[in-house]
Amino acid sequence: MIRKPLRPLARVLDARSKGENPDAIEKENIRQRHDDMQVKSRQRAEGRLLVLGVFFLCAYAAVAGRMGVMATSEPREPVASIAGSSIAMQRADIVDRQGRILATNFETHSLYVQTQQLIDPQNAVDRLVEIFPDLDHAELLAKFTGARKFLWIKKKISPEQKQAVHDIGDPGLLFGPREMRLYPNGSVAAHVLGGASFGKEGVSAAEVIGVAGVEKQFDDYLRDPANGSKPLALSLDLTVQAAAERVLDGGMKLMNAKGATSILMDVHTGEVISVVSLPDFDPNERPAPPTSGFDPSVSPLFNRAVQGVYELGSTFKIFTAAQAMDLGLVTPDTIIDTRGPLRWGKFSIKDYRNYGNEMSVTKIIVKSSNIGTARLAQQIGAERQRDFLGELGMLEETPFEIVEAQGGKPLLPANWSELSAMTISYGHGISTTPMHLAAGYAAVANGGRYVSPTILKQDGPQLGRRIMSEHSAEAARSMLRHVVTEGTASFARVPGYQVGGKTGTADKPRPLGGYYEDKVIATFASIFPAHDPKYVLVVTLDEPSVSAHGEERRTAGWTAVPVAAEMIGRLAPLLGLRPQVEPAEVTGITLTSN
Amino acid sequence: MKSLLYAITALAVFGLAFWAYRENYATQQVLKETRALQREIGAAQVRISVLRAEWAYLNRPDRLLELAELNFERLGLLPLRPDQFGRVDEVTYPVQPALQISEGVDVSGLNARRTEEASQ
Repeated sequence: MIRKPLRPLARVLDARSKGENPDAIEKENIRQRHDDMQVKSRQRAEGRLLVLGVFFLCAYAAVAGRMGVMATSEPREPVASIAGSSIAMQRADIVDRQGRILATNFETHSLYVQTQQLIDPQNAVDRLVEIFPDLDHAELLAKFTGARKFLWIKKKISPEQKQAVHDIGDPGLLFGPREMRLYPNGSVAAHVLGGASFGKEGVSAAEVIGVAGVEKQFDDYLRDPANGSKPLALSLDLTVQAAAERVLDGGMKLMNAKGATSILMDVHTGEVISVVSLPDFDPNERPAPPTSGFDPSVSPLFNRAVQGVYELGSTFKIFTAAQAMDLGLVTPDTIIDTRGPLRWGKFSIKDYRNYGNEMSVTKIIVKSSNIGTARLAQQIGAERQRDFLGELGMLEETPFEIVEAQGGKPLLPANWSELSAMTISYGHGISTTPMHLAAGYAAVANGGRYVSPTILKQDGPQLGRRIMSEHSAEAARSMLRHVVTEGTASFARVPGYQVGGKTGTADKPRPLGGYYEDKVIATFASIFPAHDPKYVLVVTLDEPSVSAHGEERRTAGWTAVPVAAEMIGRLAPLLGLRPQVEPAEVTGITLTSN
Repeated sequence: MKSLLYAITALAVFGLAFWAYRENYATQQVLKETRALQREIGAAQVRISVLRAEWAYLNRPDRLLELAELNFERLGLLPLRPDQFGRVDEVTYPVQPALQISEGVDVSGLNARRTEEASQ
């Protein structure tokens, strides 16, 4: 670099000759040099700022670009996440109490069409109708050649059908992967499981949603991906359920009944081991709900066990007797006046036949005397009776965990008068479901505690609220045993299993008021083994009729009881109950206090 | 001194760059393997669920009942009834086979008598 001299000799000499101060020249040059330096350093600083500016611009541009890319790109699962296929195990399995599968998922395909990609619609329709005979040729052809670009043909197809469609070779016929719900046991436990169908459907996947039964009740649990490997364990036992369905089906046909239902329940845990409602259906091909008709119970979808709200007749008498004993009004041996008919205003209460002028409370239950029970109800009073039945859960729908149970709201008298109390005491004027009855009998059987019927596997006894004293419950159980040994349910004697129970035959109400003369609901509610009950079995037959000893018979003693006895004989061994000799009643010793 | 520092720094940069390059490719390789494994696991899970479903379908009560009826002559299976319960002492255990004598040792009473006589 050439430095400019501060005192150039030529200019200094020149200035001296002119008599000027040569220092001014030096000052002037110094000033100029400073100016130059200033310009240069400013340029350098500006250059730096520019570089820095460009750097920041690039950095921000990079950040903005990345953000833009992230915002517009498809979201993708991080690769190094937890292993597992997302489509498999979309919905949790349902298993029975021993872990046997009741409902699971199965991979399948759906078939759809992109009509604008079809090469030969005529040929495609011809061949499709060959593969799926239920398709309508003309309708399908109209759709294929019409304005629609996309349409579903089948929601579920088998691998063979898929191959056959594939062999047509038309690029417009496309498959979408599907996960379908499979019920491998067919119609076993159909009403409990309910069924599933597709919710929102896309080409690559579809939502599986429960439409009835536990599938709907526990839809949120089953659909939660966190529960994919945790199956829902029900209290049902597949073997017992299948055997119960088979025996009840045979019994229903033998007794010429229109429908039948049975509930087998553990009296301590409230677990429902088997619940059957006939006729039933296959949940894999759930039939469409009835759209016409007056009576919903005609449809196989109707779950009689929790939706069939009927007057269950004399089976209620034991509750009246148990309450009267619990209140200390009577003992099993108290003599009650049973002269009939019992008149109350315009209404008169009659017995099936005349049993004499007076009977003990045990005898009233054994012979199933309406008059005697009504007398007990008079002593109890309407209010106390309503409270007691409320404690037993008879006044609202059962807490049984399937959606249909909410449809089983009991029908109660609007005004619970003394007359209502008298008719309700023998099971008329109050309509409940067999599930209510099973819960009530379980309370008698387990020593007086309420158990709510449940479909979920339990770990231990429920120990619910106390409804009656242990002593009264025991007396009531002994009465139920007497009904079988010497009363209306004599067909229920199953050797080895001491069955106790109460029959009930109620006339069926007409849909438009009044009662049918020749149509009944026959019920047998039983507990076994009677001296230490473990299970409650309720069997209800709808319109049974059987001819025996040259007579047309409809009462529960001739219809529901033999079916229940056969069921106990078949189911008790499956439940692991050994037949045993009944402990003899201790005579001469009475339990006076507990 | 300064130039040595520069040289070392440059070498370190080279080294780090090479290490990063290798790690990058190793990571990609592992990710690829993981994806393959996950696909395999997914396929295995699907297969297991299909097998479980098929097992449940083959063991459905209706089919077992049919099979028991078809093979009644061979198996003689009947529904369980209360009278089929028994006690352990009612079970006839298989008879123990008699002991096989492979190397017989002759025991004669004559010898015994002789020793008795000798002792007297």
